[in-house]
Amino acid sequence: MQHLVDIVLLGLLMITGFAIVRMRSLLAVTMLTSIYSLFSALLFVVLDAVDVALTEAAIGAGISTILLLATVALTTEYEKVPSHRSLLPLLVVTLTGAALIYGTLDMPHYGDPNAPVHRHVAPDYIEDTPEEIGVPNVVTSVLASYRGYDTLGEVTVIFTAGVGVLALLGVHLRKRTEQPSDYHKLVVLRVIAKLFFPLILLFALYVLFHGDYGPGGGFQAGVIFATGFVLYALTHGLGNAERVIPPALLGILAAAGVLLYSAVGIEGMLLGGKFLEYNVLADDPVSGQHLGILLIETGVGITVAAVILIIYFGFVSRRPGGADAQDPS
Amino acid sequence: MLLSNLPALQVVVPLVSAPICLLLRRPGHAWACALTVSWAVLVMAVLLLRQVALEGTVSYPLGAWATPWGIEYRIDMLAALVILVIAIIGAVVMPYARRSVMQELDDEHIGAFYTCYLLCLTGLLGIVVTGDAFNLFVFLEISSLSSYVLISLGRDRRALTAAFQYLVMGTIGATFILIGVGLMYMMTGTLNMADLAQRLPAVDDTRTVRVAFAFVTVGVSIKLALFPLHIWLPNAYIYAPSVVSIFLAATATKVGVYVLLRLFFTVFGVQFSFDDMHVGDIIMWLAIAAVLTGSLVAIFQDNLKRMLAYSSVAQIGYIVLGIALATGAGVSAGIIYLFNHALIKGALFMALGGIMLRLGSVELRDLHGLLRQMPWTVAAIIAGGLSLIGVPLTAGFISKWYLVAAALEGGLWPLAFIVLASSLLTVIYVWRIVEATCFRAAGDERPGVREAPLSMLLPTWLLIALNLYIGVDAEVLTGLADTAAAALVGEALP
Repeated sequence: MQHLVDIVLLGLLMITGFAIVRMRSLLAVTMLTSIYSLFSALLFVVLDAVDVALTEAAIGAGISTILLLATVALTTEYEKVPSHRSLLPLLVVTLTGAALIYGTLDMPHYGDPNAPVHRHVAPDYIEDTPEEIGVPNVVTSVLASYRGYDTLGEVTVIFTAGVGVLALLGVHLRKRTEQPSDYHKLVVLRVIAKLFFPLILLFALYVLFHGDYGPGGGFQAGVIFATGFVLYALTHGLGNAERVIPPALLGILAAAGVLLYSAVGIEGMLLGGKFLEYNVLADDPVSGQHLGILLIETGVGITVAAVILIIYFGFVSRRPGGADAQDPS
Repeated sequence: MLLSNLPALQVVVPLVSAPICLLLRRPGHAWACALTVSWAVLVMAVLLLRQVALEGTVSYPLGAWATPWGIEYRIDMLAALVILVIAIIGAVVMPYARRSVMQELDDEHIGAFYTCYLLCLTGLLGIVVTGDAFNLFVFLEISSLSSYVLISLGRDRRALTAAFQYLVMGTIGATFILIGVGLMYMMTGTLNMADLAQRLPAVDDTRTVRVAFAFVTVGVSIKLALFPLHIWLPNAYIYAPSVVSIFLAATATKVGVYVLLRLFFTVFGVQFSFDDMHVGDIIMWLAIAAVLTGSLVAIFQDNLKRMLAYSSVAQIGYIVLGIALATGAGVSAGIIYLFNHALIKGALFMALGGIMLRLGSVELRDLHGLLRQMPWTVAAIIAGGLSLIGVPLTAGFISKWYLVAAALEGGLWPLAFIVLASSLLTVIYVWRIVEATCFRAAGDERPGVREAPLSMLLPTWLLIALNLYIGVDAEVLTGLADTAAAALVGEALP
């Protein structure tokens, strides 16, 4: 039964992929990439990788769709038909695909319990997490503690992206009091958005602070948090969103998240441990781990939310139409 | 406490200062922050090299988790040397940067510029220090992403296209590396490099591992701009702000070479890489092609930045040539070449930055008779050019000498011949610069053009001086490179 589900999902992924390549309407392609991400998220759920599924759904299907729509609104809706067919890219893609397929021939079988990934470091993560870290979600313990330094690196990558958008596009929101052009037609949408806004923020906080126990963590929380503001900006206009969260604040927040994360690491060194050693943060190692993970996840959440809003504001503030410019209708 | 955490601080200090730099509102403060950090990084790099030279390989468990469960920082002689290269260039380029950046960038961008510079420094150092294959990828992303931004901040609108082209190529490269690392993890269950080296031989006859090897090799080759994957490099160097050209030309591709060495020798091992996969034969031909085409194309360039960019393609060829020999002498020659070329190209691009500041152009026809107005800058270009050719008493001579010696030791005299013949090609393009700046009369008056400011001349000449010093006394460098190479190849020291 599970294989059937896998095959159907993979088949749908393939069909979507082909459709994306063939289509010229960028609007349709954007929606299809969103669908592609949704199918991937489903596939991750089937694989019991719920943390990854949550991330893929929030980022791939959610926020990146909005950013792509904003880009399409800034540029053009139809892809240019290339004037000549170039064989080299086709050759490169075919070769890469062939190499990948060739590589699958000696892979461990799908779901094989004796595969190397299940036999070497992974069992120790699962066995040792309860006593060393003391959190039920092993994914969180690996990402935030055992390999916490990678996560610091990832946050820095996101921070870099934010700085890049700030440098290239800037977030120059002119004082804008005007509302979206079809503001009055959107009553239902606005009321619902207003209802959802606090719930989304609350849910983001839940995902953040419950990441030790269930799927989630700072990364997903940051995305969800930003989504709330994006929804607000879409329905209430950029000017109002800007009043809620001033763009000048966003750069500071993006930096603050990275600083909070690294400060936890440095505190570990100051207390006589190694960089990012949480054990020394509190009297007993497990509470130290709890404290460390909570703080770094908060740092991740702050930076991710701020950077996504920087990118979003950076894109939409470039068009006189403002937030309504990427309204798909 | 500081010394015991040195490996972590080497990367953490620039990492933490990047967001702080963004918070500093004034351009001058951001520069001061970047300057201080760059020199602190150099001090740490020297201390680290000293520690490695005295105690051997240094290992540091991040988060105090034992390997292979946690991430390990692992610094051997090779890593310490490459860190030193990055640190020297970073420290020298920052005093230079203030004037150049002030002129080439808008005030509002300067804060973000120095933030991205620090992030790029963090990424490059992180790649070299780490002993973990996935952590390497993460820091590769930091350095790549920040260098795309740095390049796109160039004054010329074409900087955006150049940065975009680099972004597309770089992302393909990074994805290939990630695919390779993923496949290696699938077959071994570990990401730690030392652990991978132990566990890979058991599965290295599988097609999956072979494909993993191919993917990482191609991915890294894009990053280090090995012919024919170099097409992103010239435009990226030309349209970037001068400071970025200097920094990237001197460090980014060198770190790519470092990753290649690390993968071939440490992770996969000499036997698998060179005997089973025959990667030496492949990259040797590519390196020869790089040396010849790079030098030939450089001859016909009228834009000096473009000329030096193609020259870089050729120089990367020389470095890879040494690696392709897969002998202790060859790898050692590659490492020496890597070190010296960073100093040479850094100095040359710095001199060009000075001309950019005063003239606003680096086209050959605009430089006629420049020797009269900017004698020190032109002299620096000539000295750097001589080193590039490989004239005795310069660092370039040392690197070519060791490379030729390694080729002859391997019985590959045609290779030695190619190295010497292509040096003649270098003579031609360096001569074109000399002819234009020294022997041609200035066509039109250039009122107000005078020597570059001292803050830019001194760093340039500091690198030239280092060049000349190594040309006279290279014993320390060659000794360290031999140690590093011997450890990689697994030979006893000669």
